[in-house]
Amino acid sequence: MRLEAELRAKRDAGRKLLVPYVTGGLGDRWVDVVAALAAAGADAIEVGIPFSDPVMDGPTIQEASQAALEGGVTPQGVVGALADSDAGVPLVVMTYYNPVLHAGHERFAAALAAAGVDGAIVPDLPVDELDGWGDAADAQGVETVLLAAPTTTDGRLAEICARSKGFIYGVSLLGVTGERRALSDMALTMGKRLKEATDLPALLGVGVSTPEQAVEAAAAADGVIVGSALVRRLLDGGGPEEAGAFVATLRAALDRG
Amino acid sequence: MSLARGAGARLEGTGPEPEGLGRFGSFGGRFIPETLVAALEELEREFRAAWGDASFRDELAALLTTYAGRPTPVTECHRLSERLGVRLLLKREDLTHTGSHKINNVLGQALLTQRMGKTRVIAETGAGQHGVATATACALFGLDCTVFMGAVDVERQALNVFRMRLLGAEVVPVHSGSATLKDAINETLRDWVATVEDTHYCVGSVVGPHPFPWIVREFQRVVGDEAREQCREILGGADPDVVVACVGGGSNAMGTFAGFTETGARLVGVEAGGLGLDSGKHGASVARGVPGVLHGARSLYLQDEEGQIKEAHSISAGLDYPGVGPEHAYFAEMGRAEYHNATDDEALEAIRLLSQTEGIIPALEPAHALAWLSAVAGSGVPSGSTVLVTLSGRGDKDAAQVARHFGEGDLE
Repeated sequence: MRLEAELRAKRDAGRKLLVPYVTGGLGDRWVDVVAALAAAGADAIEVGIPFSDPVMDGPTIQEASQAALEGGVTPQGVVGALADSDAGVPLVVMTYYNPVLHAGHERFAAALAAAGVDGAIVPDLPVDELDGWGDAADAQGVETVLLAAPTTTDGRLAEICARSKGFIYGVSLLGVTGERRALSDMALTMGKRLKEATDLPALLGVGVSTPEQAVEAAAAADGVIVGSALVRRLLDGGGPEEAGAFVATLRAALDRG
Repeated sequence: MSLARGAGARLEGTGPEPEGLGRFGSFGGRFIPETLVAALEELEREFRAAWGDASFRDELAALLTTYAGRPTPVTECHRLSERLGVRLLLKREDLTHTGSHKINNVLGQALLTQRMGKTRVIAETGAGQHGVATATACALFGLDCTVFMGAVDVERQALNVFRMRLLGAEVVPVHSGSATLKDAINETLRDWVATVEDTHYCVGSVVGPHPFPWIVREFQRVVGDEAREQCREILGGADPDVVVACVGGGSNAMGTFAGFTETGARLVGVEAGGLGLDSGKHGASVARGVPGVLHGARSLYLQDEEGQIKEAHSISAGLDYPGVGPEHAYFAEMGRAEYHNATDDEALEAIRLLSQTEGIIPALEPAHALAWLSAVAGSGVPSGSTVLVTLSGRGDKDAAQVARHFGEGDLE
C-alpha cells in the first residue's frame, strides 16, 4: 500500500500532490523521462501502456499512443522497463481493460507487482465491472485507482471512494484528456465533492494543463494529475530535460500555492 | 395514434432482457468511462419504461408504417431458387425509407431521445447507412445531428456523405487509427464523454455498452417478427429451414434471428471474408476473434497477441469492423447460430447474380449472405431447403465502387 501511504503522508504534511503522466514507449528515452519527472518533484508517476483504441484520450495522448505502438512497444516492454528503473517514487500504470483481460487478470497483476509498480488506472473499467481485475490486483498488492466524474451520482461516488485504492481520481470536466485554455468550473465542484466523500488523497485530472490551473485545482483537492501538457512537449521533440523543467515549474507553483 | 390490426407495422414482440449488467452469457457488460455511466443508466430506465408502454409502441409502429414504409415484403425468388435448387425468400429491408434496416432502430432511438429531453444526437457510421438513417430521423424530429465517419469510408461512400449533409447533419471525418468504423465509434464515444448532458449517442448496431445491444436488437426485431409471419403465410404455416443474414456488428442479423430463435430454423450469420481468412485481411470476428473488451462490451474481437485491436478488412464498409455484438458471441458459443463468411470477390459475384436473376440490386453487405448461400446450396444447405435471407439494404450506395471492380470505370 505504498502509493496511498506515501501520498497520504505527504498530503498530511501540507504538500500539494503532483502526478505527471507519460506514455510508456514514447521515444527512446521515456524511462529517463520518468526519472527526470521524479527528480523534478513528482509525488508519483503515471505511465501509460498504449492501447490501439484509447476512448478516454484526446488527440495528444492518442498521437503518443499510436507513435509508441508504431515503435513496437508492448505491455510487457513497458512493465519490464519500469522493473529496471528506479524512480524513487510510486509508479502507477494507466491502460485500457482489453490488454489487461488479454494478459489475464492474475498474470497482469503479478507482472506489475514483480516490476515494483504500485498502482493501476483502467479508465474503461468502472466500479460495477471491477471485480475480476480488482480482486487479482488486491491479491498482489497493486492499488487500483478509480475515477469519479462530474456526472457521478452521490450514491455511486460513495461506492467508488470505498473501492478505490491509492488515491481517488476526480475527472475535472466533461470530456477526454487534453489541454484546455482554462480550468473547468466543474473541477472545483469535483474537488469539493471528493473531499467531502473520502479521506483518500483526492487528485484532479483531465484538462489540467498549466501551473496556474494546477494551483487553482489543487486548492479544491489534494493535488493534480497533468498528462497532455507534458506529453505534447515530448511529441514536440522534448526529452527528459524539457519534461523535468516543465514538472519543476508545476512543482514550484504548487509549493508557492 | 393507433393502427388497426394488419394495417401497418406491428410491434408486439419482446425478447429476453440480458442478465445482470447487460450480460448474454459471459458476453456484454458496460465497460466505459465513469462519465457515461449515469447516461447509460438513464437510457436503460427510459427504454424499459417505453418498451413496456403501449402508447410508445403505437407511436413507433405508426412511424414505421407511414414514414419508413413497413411492413416490408418477403419476396419469393423464383428464378434464383431454380438456379440454386433451394426455395429462396428475401426479407426486403432494401425497400424501407433510406434504403436499409437501419431506419428501424433510429426511429426508436429518436423517440427515446425526445423522451429524455435531449436535443442533440451523435452517431457513428461505416457504410453511411446508419448515418443517413440518423440524419433522416433528426431532420424529422428537429434534432441537431453529428455523424462520425472514418476518413476511408468518407472516400468510398461519397454518396451517403452528401445525403447526410443534405439532410442537415454535420459529417466529421475520423483520421485516427484505421480511419474506418472502429475509429468512428471511438470518436463518437469521445464526443459523448464531453456532451452527454444534452446529447444522445444513437448506436447503430447491436454493439456497445449495455443497454445498447439489447435496445438495438429490440428495435430491429420487427424484421424477424414480420418475416416469421410472412414466411408462414408463404410456406403453409411452416418456418424456413435456414435463416441467413450478414454480420458486421450484427444488427440486421440479430433483428432477424430474434424472430426465429423460438423456431426450429437454422440460424446463419455471414461475416466478411475479405481477401480470405488466411490473408489476415477480413472481418470474420466470430471465426478468428478472441474474447476481449472494446467499445464497452465483452465480445469476440480481432486482436494481436498483446490485446491490441487489429484492423478489419472488407470491400463492404458496413462489415468492416473487427468485432461482433455480444449476443452474437453468445449465440456462437451456445451453438444457437452458426457463423460463416464470404469473400469480397464472392460478394461482388452475388450482386451480379441477384441483379440478373431477380432484378434486385443488393448492397454489398447482404450480398455476403447471398454469396454464402450460393456457395453451399446443394451441399451445406441441402437441395429443396427453404431459405430466408435478409436483404438488409439496397445497392445504390455501392454503385460507383462496384462499377470500378467490374471494370466499368469511374461513374463520377
